[in-house]
Amino acid sequence: MSDSPDIRPAIEFRNVSYRLGGNGAAARTLLNDLNLEVQRGETLVLLGRSGSGKTTTLKLINRLLTPSEGELRVDSRPIDEWDVIRLRRMIGYVIQEVGLFPHFTVERNIGLVPKIEKWEHSRISKRVGELLQLVGLDPEVASRYPRELSGGQRQRVGVARALAADPPILLMDEPFGALDPITRAELQREFLDLQKRLRKTVVFVTHDLREALLLGTRIALMEAGRVVAVQTPEQFLASTEALPCAYKNAFGAVL
Amino acid sequence: MNLYQFMLENHTEVLELTLEHLWLVGISTILAVLVGIPLGILITRHPALNKPILGGANIIQTIPSLALFGFLLPAPWIGERADRIAILALALYALLPMIRNTYVGIKGVDRAVIEAGRGMGLTDLQLLFQVELPLALGVIIAGVRVATVISVGLATIAAAIGAGGLGEYIFRGLAMVNNQVILAGAIPAAVMALLADVSLGWLEKRLSPN
Repeated sequence: MSDSPDIRPAIEFRNVSYRLGGNGAAARTLLNDLNLEVQRGETLVLLGRSGSGKTTTLKLINRLLTPSEGELRVDSRPIDEWDVIRLRRMIGYVIQEVGLFPHFTVERNIGLVPKIEKWEHSRISKRVGELLQLVGLDPEVASRYPRELSGGQRQRVGVARALAADPPILLMDEPFGALDPITRAELQREFLDLQKRLRKTVVFVTHDLREALLLGTRIALMEAGRVVAVQTPEQFLASTEALPCAYKNAFGAVL
Repeated sequence: MNLYQFMLENHTEVLELTLEHLWLVGISTILAVLVGIPLGILITRHPALNKPILGGANIIQTIPSLALFGFLLPAPWIGERADRIAILALALYALLPMIRNTYVGIKGVDRAVIEAGRGMGLTDLQLLFQVELPLALGVIIAGVRVATVISVGLATIAAAIGAGGLGEYIFRGLAMVNNQVILAGAIPAAVMALLADVSLGWLEKRLSPN
């Protein structure tokens, strides 16, 4: 890659649809003709209510799901040309349920991908130490098991694990959704700090408007399997269109 | 003559039959593990095979043991020796708990954990060996435990086709209408079943995560 800033989008959706149950009459369309570009280093928030297709969109990016139609490019390369394992290792993935391996210590959880990538042991433990510090955890939690951690600590470990092999892209599916409001605010702040330093390409799913406005460089508003608008938080707040207004009204009291 | 005296006087024979019994149960269980666990894994990967494989193992369970021993008599190589027949029959009976528990154990692993693992770029084999099997191990061992305990009991019937084991005493005692001789076979078999149950139960607990 050249030294000049890369202006090609990190992720591009072109007329992507996703259907369940084939193409027959019983098929259910979850995503309909989706067009979206995610720029390098930005945090694109997918905002929408449950069932609007946010998570489906996310899972298409790391190929946990395959589009029924249309083209999806990561790093300018069509997604089906990627070796799926390579693709996933350059995309960190954080989910609401965290999904830490319960039989592994925190250190092994974070160090799993580096270990599979055959990093040396000393390099892995150094990296684990760095990452724990990065996500605001005491290095001594390294030897603990996930069940011995609080919800907030677990999600921090989840973020650290996703960052372990330094992937350029990060997918986050309501990562703070299951946390209490105070811990959530804490993690949101830390995420902002982290993102200032790391400049990852982040796609962040949430149904919380406040979270979207706080964390997103742009907000893609989704409804019934479509992207209805892509706006900066400022544009979103100024918008007079029906759907953004509906969100603002719903959150009116707390904005 | 009481049971204690009988067993003391015939201690070499008691020991011999016990070892024979252990051999039948041990080899058949190992065979069932070697075949049943891979089959259990297979049906988690190919749901279409789920019904035929679990159904097949289920049908085997419904065959009365004495009849199964009889069915295997004309089988080539197997039928030449009674212990081979007994081992194959016991292994076939042990298949169902092995397959089913492997399947249930893997299917019971938290969806979020699997999803996170796949999302991080674990290959299917890495996911299987690093995540699914370790987390399912307790349930799988529980299957081995059930299969072993059933096998210890079933193996006594193998004596009917001359495969040896503690069933020898039971059948001999029945023919002689001598409870002492029956008990000389039944009690060591019961002790063996209890020991297998306790030790595999301990292992199950040790290997279960959390």
